[in-house]
Amino acid sequence: MIEREFIIRNKVGLHARPASLFVQTAKKFKSKITIRKEENEVNAKSIIGVLSLGAEKGDRVVIKIEGEDEREALKEIEELFNTNFGEDNEDN
Amino acid sequence: MKIIKGIKVIDKISIGRAFLYLPSEIKIVPEKDTSPLEEKKKLFKEALKKTREEIEDLYNKLKDKYKNEAEIFRAHLLILEDPDILERVEKYLNEGYSLPYAVKISFEESAKIIESLKDDYFKQRANDIKDVCDRVIRNILNKPKPVLSCLPYPAIVVAEDLTPSDTAALDRENVLGFATDKGSLTSHTAILAEALGIPAVVGLKEVTKCVKNGDVLILDGEKGIVIVDPDEETLERYRKRKEKIEKEEKLLDKVKFLPIFTKTGKRIEISANIGRPEEADMAIKSGAEGIGLFRTEFLFLDRREPPSEEEQFKAYKSVIEKFKDKPVIIRTLDIGGDKQIPYLNLEKELNPFLGVRAIRLCLKRKDLFKTQLKAILRAGVFGNVKIMYPMIAVKDEIVEANNILEEVKKELKKEGKEFKENIEVGIMIEIPSAALMADELIKYVDFFSIGTNDLIQYTFAADRTNENVSYLYRPLSDAILNLIKMTIDASHKYGKWTGVCGEMAGDTKAIPELIKLGIDELSMTPQKIPKAKFTIMNLNY
Repeated sequence: MIEREFIIRNKVGLHARPASLFVQTAKKFKSKITIRKEENEVNAKSIIGVLSLGAEKGDRVVIKIEGEDEREALKEIEELFNTNFGEDNEDN
Repeated sequence: MKIIKGIKVIDKISIGRAFLYLPSEIKIVPEKDTSPLEEKKKLFKEALKKTREEIEDLYNKLKDKYKNEAEIFRAHLLILEDPDILERVEKYLNEGYSLPYAVKISFEESAKIIESLKDDYFKQRANDIKDVCDRVIRNILNKPKPVLSCLPYPAIVVAEDLTPSDTAALDRENVLGFATDKGSLTSHTAILAEALGIPAVVGLKEVTKCVKNGDVLILDGEKGIVIVDPDEETLERYRKRKEKIEKEEKLLDKVKFLPIFTKTGKRIEISANIGRPEEADMAIKSGAEGIGLFRTEFLFLDRREPPSEEEQFKAYKSVIEKFKDKPVIIRTLDIGGDKQIPYLNLEKELNPFLGVRAIRLCLKRKDLFKTQLKAILRAGVFGNVKIMYPMIAVKDEIVEANNILEEVKKELKKEGKEFKENIEVGIMIEIPSAALMADELIKYVDFFSIGTNDLIQYTFAADRTNENVSYLYRPLSDAILNLIKMTIDASHKYGKWTGVCGEMAGDTKAIPELIKLGIDELSMTPQKIPKAKFTIMNLNY
């Protein structure tokens, strides 16, 4: 099992397209994946669950992954957070 | 044979079979049943598969041309496969509930979780959950959601009313026309029919009750009637009339690219109204000599944050470049409390059409306004662009907007960005107070453009979307013509010009009157341009 904390840095937080992208990514893997904000922990493969967290920019979330492909899953999820879910910042 | 009277939208005739579009909700009662659990689970699985195919199909159809709309359906797929919801369904099935009810209650519980969150964006997602649920239940009951994306035959679509989301995936190849219970000249159905160049009769009150799927219909857009199940004689008469109209259209093709003069030599400029950059090609194909009204609302709707300067710049530039040295008039944001734009946090107003909208909003939200002005000024380098402020009521608003425009120019200079320094600025004349004070207002601008739809609505105090007061839509009444005349005269006195960009500009009955009053430019839906040009060529004044 791997546990990792991330800070949400993209503008809109885990809503809309970023939330969809996050869930789509989680669903690619066999591992059980959860995401937690404060004491709320939800299934990362559930869009309803992820949206219900209401995670905004600046919030800390903890991702827990358990299963045969947990390393690959972590790598892709890390990539998502590092690239701000592909949100472009063409203004800057 | 039955004749139903409504409001006509386009002078065309369509003959074809009816396709009823009645997406009403299916009622499900809470009940348990005795059918075996395994059977229900199997049925559920099949319904999920079918629903998945439906949604994927919509996504694939939209993804190239309409990216934002397609994204919605991608989210629908995630909702459909949401493990939380699936778990709930299984739980209710195990408790013995009927499959439709188990599905309904499971999706509803999820929708409630989302609805309880404060954010407006989430509330819209709750609607998505209900939408997906409706699809699944329809597939369980084998009552598939009627879709307009794939008509079973070339058809006249019969509906209560059509919303933009109903028509997002419309099968444009096979639609012959629209007949709707509700609606008025300026409703979405009417605007869409115009954009597609097909006939529509709206405000028919009960056409959905008189028509069955597959019935033969005649849609007479000239008289504003629908004939259900016509006899052979009537059919023959209409076939001939239709042929004649189509012949005329061919003739129009020959004149549409010519610059147009009346018989006495008065030159009238004909341009197009567009609402999206993609429509620019259609405008050129129809013979537009420029864009008289480029609406910019499309950039601001259906999203979570306002469009960036760069995004706007690209959208404006793409249109301006296509028209080279021909004028493109960009109207600044014309939006208010009647539209749901979560990121603007607009206050709910009792009377949004009389509230903080258009220029009033822009002057309050300078951040929005400045970004848009910057994008327009920068795009202006690539062609002949002009700026137009909507909903001007008094002089002070023009002065303030122009001051901001100057401020923005200074900022662009500081930022070292290239932009069009000498840009022409005009205003929409759509509030009676502006028409009455045109003599004064013209001193502060380069041109006027009359938005007749709003001018009529505000002059007669009659909501243009309310069919019960549609008898007050009177473009050719003296009240309106006097206001138009005052506007045109004021501009000419100062060597400036006036155009019309409302419905009246493309109305072949109104065009002669507008030309008599001295109008310089007419801007209309691209489809109306050829006929308007033909009308003007034959005028004796």
